[in-house]
Amino acid sequence: MMYAGCVLQLLFVRHQFKIAFFSELKQDTQNALKNYRTAYNLVHELRAHETNMLEIKTMAGFINYKICRLCFQHNTPLDAIAQFRKHIDLCKKKIGSAELAFEHAAWMSKQFQAFGDLFDEAIKLGLTAIQTQNPGFYYQQAAYYAQERKQLASMLCNHDSSVVYPNPDPLETQTGVLDFYGQRPWRQGTLSFDLSDPEKEKMGILSLQLKERNVLHSELIITLLSNAVAQFKKYKCPRMKSHLMVQMGEEYYFAKDYAKALKLLDYVMCEYRSEGWWTLLTSILTTALKCSYLMAQIKDYITYSLELLGRASTLKDDQKSRIEKNLIKVLMNESPDPEPDCDAAAVKASQKLWSDRVSLAGSNVFTIEVQDFIPFVQCKAKFLAPSFHVDVPVQFDIYLRADCPHPIRFSKLCISFNNQDYNQYCVVEEAYQKSDILEQSSQGTMCLVPGKTRKFTFKFVAKTEDVGKKIEITSVDLILGSESGRCVILNWRGGGGDAASSQEALQAARSFKRRPKLPDNEVHWDSLAIQASTMIISRVPNISVQLRHEPPALTNEMYCLVVTIESHEETVAKDVKLTAGLKPGQDANLTQKTQVTLRGTDTCDDSFPALLPDIPVGDLQPGEKLEKPIYIRCGTVGARMFLVYVSYLINTTVEGKEILCKCHRDETVTIETVFPFDVAIKFVSTKLEHLDRVFADIPFLLMTDILSASPWPLTIVTSQLQLSASMTSVDQLESYVENVVLQTGESASECFCLRCPPVTNSGGVATGCYIISWKRSSPVESVPVVRTVITLPHVIVESIPLHVKADLPSFGRVRESLPVRYHLQNKTNLVQDVEVSMEPSDAFMFSGLKQIRLRILPGTQQEVLYNFYPLMAGYQQLPSLHINLLRFPNFTNQLLRRFIPTHIFVKPQGRQADENSIAAA
Amino acid sequence: METGLFSGSVHIGIIYHPPQNYPLYIRSVPTENELKFHYTVHTSLDVVDEKISAMGKAMVDQRELYLGLLYPTEDYKVYGYVTNSKVKFVMVVDSSNTALRDNEIRSMFRKLHNSYTDIMCNPFYNPGDRIHSRAFDNMVNSMMMQVC
Repeated sequence: MMYAGCVLQLLFVRHQFKIAFFSELKQDTQNALKNYRTAYNLVHELRAHETNMLEIKTMAGFINYKICRLCFQHNTPLDAIAQFRKHIDLCKKKIGSAELAFEHAAWMSKQFQAFGDLFDEAIKLGLTAIQTQNPGFYYQQAAYYAQERKQLASMLCNHDSSVVYPNPDPLETQTGVLDFYGQRPWRQGTLSFDLSDPEKEKMGILSLQLKERNVLHSELIITLLSNAVAQFKKYKCPRMKSHLMVQMGEEYYFAKDYAKALKLLDYVMCEYRSEGWWTLLTSILTTALKCSYLMAQIKDYITYSLELLGRASTLKDDQKSRIEKNLIKVLMNESPDPEPDCDAAAVKASQKLWSDRVSLAGSNVFTIEVQDFIPFVQCKAKFLAPSFHVDVPVQFDIYLRADCPHPIRFSKLCISFNNQDYNQYCVVEEAYQKSDILEQSSQGTMCLVPGKTRKFTFKFVAKTEDVGKKIEITSVDLILGSESGRCVILNWRGGGGDAASSQEALQAARSFKRRPKLPDNEVHWDSLAIQASTMIISRVPNISVQLRHEPPALTNEMYCLVVTIESHEETVAKDVKLTAGLKPGQDANLTQKTQVTLRGTDTCDDSFPALLPDIPVGDLQPGEKLEKPIYIRCGTVGARMFLVYVSYLINTTVEGKEILCKCHRDETVTIETVFPFDVAIKFVSTKLEHLDRVFADIPFLLMTDILSASPWPLTIVTSQLQLSASMTSVDQLESYVENVVLQTGESASECFCLRCPPVTNSGGVATGCYIISWKRSSPVESVPVVRTVITLPHVIVESIPLHVKADLPSFGRVRESLPVRYHLQNKTNLVQDVEVSMEPSDAFMFSGLKQIRLRILPGTQQEVLYNFYPLMAGYQQLPSLHINLLRFPNFTNQLLRRFIPTHIFVKPQGRQADENSIAAA
Repeated sequence: METGLFSGSVHIGIIYHPPQNYPLYIRSVPTENELKFHYTVHTSLDVVDEKISAMGKAMVDQRELYLGLLYPTEDYKVYGYVTNSKVKFVMVVDSSNTALRDNEIRSMFRKLHNSYTDIMCNPFYNPGDRIHSRAFDNMVNSMMMQVC
């Protein structure tokens, strides 16, 4: 019964599988999937025993593969993953025969690998994977089981070499093939769980174990890992990728492919270093050191030793001590002791390599750039100041510190600069210790004691041609070992520091921790900051430059700036040169509107420069004083910066060396330029009323008003009115302000009577210009007079048809006749009909024509005569004249008012005496 | 700590904020295979980085600090937690440890965060230094005792 049931169950699986396979052929994938799933469930219902475990797993694996593939094909990747998880959970513990446990690990590895392949294939067909769910994880797990397989194999298959492969081969079958997948060849067709022939069984297991020994496990593992690396690279997992590469490197190491191992480890090392995971870095370095030892790669061996001894290494002190001793051996051209846990055969081979290296002459100098890792010697270079004057020696310190467990000697310390001429001055060597070292001449100079900071001070005299340049430490070289043995040059680019030092400096800068007090000559390593460059600046000048002037400057004047140079030098200042003028780098317009000259007697024009460079002044004896006036003309108002720069050469000695220094002193001064005065121009009528336009042929007044804005007294030498052709003057044009001195805020006015002939165009008429010649009342030297030209405003000229002029006395007297004559002048070419009427006023009686109509011929004039008789005293309104032009309705009385007086002063009719007194007044 | 008594292992890592990303504190119980878990904590930063960048800047104030399960592997689960200053907490526990549900993990992270805040409040602690604190060690110990 049991057997029958068992067989039946086997057939169920087979039946379902066949239906599924047939459906697949029919491309009915849905049914195929359904049947495969049933088959899968049936497989696990089978009674499992050690004897049929492999067969069950093999079948489950096949069906699982089919299901997952179909799920991916149906674009239901989550179903595929769920099925695979179920498959793994069900089968994980089905190890089967303990003696063949590696077989189970191999099978597990295969399951993961196959699923990874299916997943990857689905992605190639368009499925999108994510960072946390991608084929990489399955390859990684496959690799993990492959590693387990290797371990199990090494445990279970370590038979003595005397054990021979059984004969006849139990793995051979009569047909050469198996009846069913997953069956044992020596147990074909047996359904019984009982072991019929234990001896045969034993032979079978032995043959499988011996076969397993020939499997290249590492190769399998590395292939799977590299598959995983490719996937994780795709899904943004750089750290996972690095981790897998470390595992690959380690696997290569186990596979004795040290070159490949080193290549991989070296590649990922920097990632762990830059993120500061020291435990991981140390573990990688330890493997790398083993590889380099086994290959006898001296340079790599030294490099890894340097870092494993450094502060980033988490090795215990005994390990560090061992590594340091080995390093010292290598430096002495001896073979180092083998690294622990290395394969004995490989150690033997490497010892041979090392002894070959020892006997090999030449190529025993190794330069190692230590900047990019964390070596056990730390270095910081520091110039004592950010700049040095050329006449003092440049000083800097090199600080060294060792983190290794034992003191270490070095043979040489040398520093390179961007100007290589200085290199020779900055060397410490064992051979001659005196040289240029200032301190530390005691015996321990060439030895670095762990945890102690060692300082070396250097000084040299900078070259005069380096003035204004930067001196930079380009590299620091520390030489370990000797030329006779092996020589290792630790090379720091710039002023020292390594991969971890910038982060340490940041932490130290943030820290509030109080540092314990140290003896005077010692310093805290953390508090040292690298200063790898310094400026060479010119010697401090020992002359004084003083400027004397009277600000502000006035527009266009020759402004005098007196430069006084006084030498306080001990020796002759040679070749003194003066540069003076507008400081470069200001607004470009200023350059055009500023002129500088040494001769103040003549006005300079625009062709003069804004800056006078290198005016030779000659030599200055000690204590000698020299004055030099500079004249500046500023064409526009505003502030300007002026530069006065004095340079000279002088001999001086530094540290017993004579050098010729170029010194200079510069002074800048900001000078404000202001207008000397404001000029206001006004047009007024003869009645002194403001005019916004003038009438042709009618005289008017031009008034000028010069208001001094200068803080210094101004002398108006003269003024001049230059009229344009369209203007004529009524009387002589002569200056009324000649030699007038104006204090601040005072003003000087002039008045000119002008007339403008009629013009044809309706626009403005140019009036001309007003020229003021002026100077400061108290110039420093005799300076030329400045002519300031003011263009007068244009004026609108209008012609009028009729001009009325009144002829009347300047005052009237009560009850005394006041004759008034009005001249009516026709200014047109037409005959004018004029209506004249006189409006009476309360203050006057009058005789004359009250209303009249007359006719005036072109260009002629008519007179109308009135006799006014004042009735009241005071400022009285005159009877007003009204004129009406029949041809020109625009001619209004308003306009008329401009020409004729409207009021007159009437004196009272006093007594004789009063009259006299008024006349006197 | 005797591993035999407890059903699993717990590994805790606190990682300094970018760009440094170095571990401030890392602790494993039991201590065997420690290196492997250092690697696990380190590799989990890939997922943390990705989750942080996916969250974007807009949500920065009201976002959930607990990142949940970062990724499952065959043998263990990795959980993540990120403070507002981008200090990352990572916890690795055995997959078989079913007693630890999301809520327990979340409250463990909160506890860790509180203790970390206490350390930061210490005026003598310099942010960015590796954590050496007895109080913190004790807290972590007692927390691990509870879950293992």
